[in-house]
Amino acid sequence: MTPNERQELETLLPWHAAGTLGPVDAARVEAALASDQELARHFAIVREEMAETIHLNEALGSPSPRARDRLLAAIDAGPARSPRTPFGAGIARLFAGLTPQAVAWSAAIAALVIVLQAGVIATMLTGERAGQRRATFETASVPEVTPLPRVSAPAPAPASRGSVTAAVPTSASGAASHVLVRFAPDASIADITRFLETNKASVVDGPKPGGLYRLRVNAGGKDELASVVATMQASKIVGFVAPE
Amino acid sequence: MVDEPCRAFGRLPDESRTLNALEASDEILIGRIAGGDRLAMQALYARHHVKVFRFVLRLVRNEASAQDLISEVFLDVWRQANRFEGRSAVSTWILAIARFKALSSVRRRKEAELDEEQAEAIEDDADTPEIALQKKDTGEVLRRCLAKLSPDHREIIDLVYYHEKSVEEVAEIVAIPENTVKTRMFYARKKLAELLKEAGVERGWL
Repeated sequence: MTPNERQELETLLPWHAAGTLGPVDAARVEAALASDQELARHFAIVREEMAETIHLNEALGSPSPRARDRLLAAIDAGPARSPRTPFGAGIARLFAGLTPQAVAWSAAIAALVIVLQAGVIATMLTGERAGQRRATFETASVPEVTPLPRVSAPAPAPASRGSVTAAVPTSASGAASHVLVRFAPDASIADITRFLETNKASVVDGPKPGGLYRLRVNAGGKDELASVVATMQASKIVGFVAPE
Repeated sequence: MVDEPCRAFGRLPDESRTLNALEASDEILIGRIAGGDRLAMQALYARHHVKVFRFVLRLVRNEASAQDLISEVFLDVWRQANRFEGRSAVSTWILAIARFKALSSVRRRKEAELDEEQAEAIEDDADTPEIALQKKDTGEVLRRCLAKLSPDHREIIDLVYYHEKSVEEVAEIVAIPENTVKTRMFYARKKLAELLKEAGVERGWL
């Protein structure tokens, strides 16, 4: 490894710690870490920085519900928008207007056009190569690289992309439990969001039969869990709640 | 889990709509928001508002301003959803909007006023790096030194470590070339190492 290559890999360590490198770069860094003790020591420093950065940010708290209320008020005060028609819906509508016979004929004609077009292209290619020496032809390919698993930081990880959750801090005991909940039919998304935030819960599964949702809650022991369930039962937007 | 998160929105009972919004991907939510779906907007807000708030707060360093800005950011998301082209992750797009709003807000404020507010907003009862070190709390020292970094350095470290953004995504959010992202991160870490050294923590990397 040249000094330049090593420096480049060193520069990539923060992204490797966060798990945001592409598979090729991640594999390069992993290989270097396995053979370079100094680089591995540097990587430990990077991970420590990452853990404390997450800790620092998590300690910043959350915005007050007023911010959401202001947003919703501004949206309500704005002009109503007509729903946008997706591209696929337009095509669907076009075909819906045709009779089955017309659709069948259209498909047959389209297939014929494609076959003719392929024939023309093949003829052109054959003609172009007729006077040329035989050339080899290879398909382009990319070497297969197995994506590496994300490196988890020792500190609490931030919510994953795409998850729907209120922040669920770990309890003093560090354990979490699950409860089954059925929301009232008239519960709005705002109600549910507030409910999840208030009870420090997140939806992990559902709906199950009977409209039940499995929630992760921050409760270590039986007593703690019973207290959480009791609090949830008092909510107007909950029709049913029970520990799992 | 909801079996078909992409089911045609608007044809389902209210309860299913609510839960579909909870399960849908960011991209699907943005598509619905572009069509004027308020429920999708609330789901997207619920999903991202905390992280966006923290990102803004670290830039403006004033909680009241950050509270105001968070509404403005998501109002822009609501208004501009039909312009989202899907070339980046939704969270990256939102952070880019948030950054623009936050920096505009900072520029509007007078420098002196900012300094004063910073002192009020950021300084707390926590130990200085030196005192924390005496207590053998190197994690606390590290956090104090992170808080001392310049806005540019703080921002890039947050984006990489906390918001888990790739080199390309940071380049898009901060509007700088990818190579600059790497060098800025390098110098941010170097500065952090210097601050730690001043506080008595020698890590053997500079």
